[in-house]
Amino acid sequence: MNAQQVLSQFAATGVQTCFHGRHISPQIYADLDGSNWRLKDYESRGGYQALKKILAADGGEGLTQDQVIATMKESALRGRGGAGFPSGLKWSFMPRQFPGQKYLVCNSDEGEPGTCKDRDIMMYNPHIVIEGMIIAAYAMGITVGYNYIHGEIFQVYERFEEALEEARAAGYLGNEILGSKHTFQLHASHGFGAYICGEETALLESLEGKKGQPRFKPPFPASFGLYGKPTTINNTETFAAVPWIIRNGGAAYLECGKPNNGGTKIFSVSGDVELPGNYEIPMGTPFTKLLELAGGVRKGRTLKAVIPGGSSSPVLPAAIMNECTMDYDSIAKAGSMLGSGALIVMDDTRCMVESLKRLSYFYMHESCGQCTPCREGTGWLWRLVDKVHRGAGQSSDMDLLNSIADNIQGRTICALGDAAAMPVRAMIKHFRHEFEAMCKKPATAQA
Amino acid sequence: MSSAPHSAPAMPAPALSQETLDRFAREIAKYPYEGRASAVMACLAIAQQQHGHVYPEHEKIIGDLLGMPTIAVHEVTTFYNMYNQQPVGKFKLNVCTNLPCQLRDGYKALHHLERKLGIGMGETTADGLFTLQQSECLGACADSPVMLVNDRTMCSFMSEDKLDQLVDGLRQAAAEEGKA
Ligand SMILES: NC(=O)C1=CN([C@@H]2O[C@H](COP(=O)(O)OP(=O)(O)OC[C@H]3O[C@@H](n4cnc5c(N)ncnc54)[C@H](O)[C@@H]3O)[C@@H](O)[C@H]2O)C=CC1
Ligand SMILES: Cc1cc2nc3c(=O)[nH]c(=O)nc-3n(C[C@H](O)[C@H](O)[C@H](O)COP(=O)(O)O)c2cc1C
Ligand code: SF4
Ligand code: FES
Repeated sequence: MNAQQVLSQFAATGVQTCFHGRHISPQIYADLDGSNWRLKDYESRGGYQALKKILAADGGEGLTQDQVIATMKESALRGRGGAGFPSGLKWSFMPRQFPGQKYLVCNSDEGEPGTCKDRDIMMYNPHIVIEGMIIAAYAMGITVGYNYIHGEIFQVYERFEEALEEARAAGYLGNEILGSKHTFQLHASHGFGAYICGEETALLESLEGKKGQPRFKPPFPASFGLYGKPTTINNTETFAAVPWIIRNGGAAYLECGKPNNGGTKIFSVSGDVELPGNYEIPMGTPFTKLLELAGGVRKGRTLKAVIPGGSSSPVLPAAIMNECTMDYDSIAKAGSMLGSGALIVMDDTRCMVESLKRLSYFYMHESCGQCTPCREGTGWLWRLVDKVHRGAGQSSDMDLLNSIADNIQGRTICALGDAAAMPVRAMIKHFRHEFEAMCKKPATAQA
Repeated sequence: MSSAPHSAPAMPAPALSQETLDRFAREIAKYPYEGRASAVMACLAIAQQQHGHVYPEHEKIIGDLLGMPTIAVHEVTTFYNMYNQQPVGKFKLNVCTNLPCQLRDGYKALHHLERKLGIGMGETTADGLFTLQQSECLGACADSPVMLVNDRTMCSFMSEDKLDQLVDGLRQAAAEEGKA
């Protein structure tokens, strides 16, 4: 065997994370088996019907740009990249009549610890993203797009390029798509190991061939984006939701979820569960149901805490989490964020100080260094948590940690600063006793 | 003298193959001409794939091709974690240890490899075959323990047995390649 053959024995098959049959009413992951990712398979699942519908290539009347955007608004689809911004509204910000070039960008830089849903979408159903992007491009009058893919998942990049070739050959991409006046060129790009490039303006810098350092917002990409031109950026899963919405209507999508939280959502469940993986379920499904789908807590242990929306969302203790439903509003009300939908599950054997230490190291490592509060603060947070973890801390260190977090949060160019600060505050808020227990007694009490 | 912003290694840089240059061209064609610097990420990754790490001379060639100052290319090399600024082993193993993986034996996998290869994190084996690194989230958290080999191949569910098989298999593959 050559080296590549050796390595290929260890490739993921998707069986554990995607084709396990434990989704509830899936739309994006429906009927996938790992081998049916090609164009003809996608078409046999109803793929590219939505595109034909809007372009009137199926003999129908077609949908105007305004109608597509109205349908998107009605669906209450919210951005799946983490911020949950209403997608239809974002599309309506695009200056459609802008005379110059406009761009469409797909954010596939999935790097938020805990998240691996976009990988499975692009690996096993790449055409759903392509169709979603073509529809978005049509609605906003955009002719050029890029999909920026996390550098670490290179096999997905290659798969996506292959799917693009298929779509071009079939006339879904290129000039005069399906005989219409609509033109759209779509290409794949890739990162090379920088978490910050998932932040949309850092992504744009990176896509322009620079260091991935975020820009000030506003101006938002809708007015100043790629090469300074109006640009719409959405997450992979956001685009993947679009074909279903166009085929079935905005109201039907909204109905799958709950008010203000339309549709299904893919949750990546990792950590202390029996069956880690991606689960596509309707918005508003109880957390306890999702935990059950993931096989429950590992080894019959008890749930201690959950980080519900990727590493940058605040941790929630089991008692609070068990009352939540999986949607933006419920998790926000509980004091955290749905974020990218990555649930990091921790059982009763886990040390919260150690967990926070690993996360703090991550944010220190990935800070782009542009803003002083983030550059200096993330390192300071890590050093302090490490000190507590080594047993050298004192009770006042927790107040200092909170104060550093306060001085980062809201004072930086991008939300990475917040992402580093919020977990610290939440960990101390809910598990202060664990931090205290690790500290030596303060000097005064020792005498 | 190299015009690169850092001192050139003692060995002159090997040539970029025609295949590599063809791949550069395919990447450059994706972007508008004024935006051709956009291809820098891909070009550096392709050059690294051919020669194991990024040589300053190749940064210069890529910069000239894309209309970028060499220093701007070098800034990209140094900003992104996956570009190798120094030579690495024939197989670069990146084990994820971020929290979700930490909860599912990520560090166990890393420490197992340290013992198996007889090196510490960040080091390269004496035979030049393996470099071992810890990495941040690879985007495959549900498959933990996960490891990325040579930037391009993700290996999932890497139990200690599988890690042994992988290392032994790669050693053997390298030995056979050496004989051929
Ligand atoms: N998926 C992943 O791997 C990761 C996701 N995240 C998530 O990212 C989130 C933060 O993302 P940000 O982009 O900083 O959030 P944001 O709230 O600034 O923006 C959300 C989206 O809405 C658009 N937008 C907001 N207000 C606008 C306006 N007035 N006009 C035009 N466009 C507007 C923005 O351009 C952006 O596309 C966090 O909540 C976190 O959960 C963070 C890290 C990784
Ligand atoms: C540090 C940081 C990292 C981010 N990483 C990602 C990411 O990997 N994928 C993603 O889609 N959005 C990510 N985002 C959010 C994007 O900035 C942006 O809100 C999103 O791509 C918009 O798409 P949506 O409206 O479809 O969610 C990140 C934000 C921050 C602050
Ligand atoms: S908050 Fe941190 S990552 Fe974001 S721009 Fe500032 S220094 Fe860079
Ligand atoms: S945390 Fe290890 S791959 Fe995401």
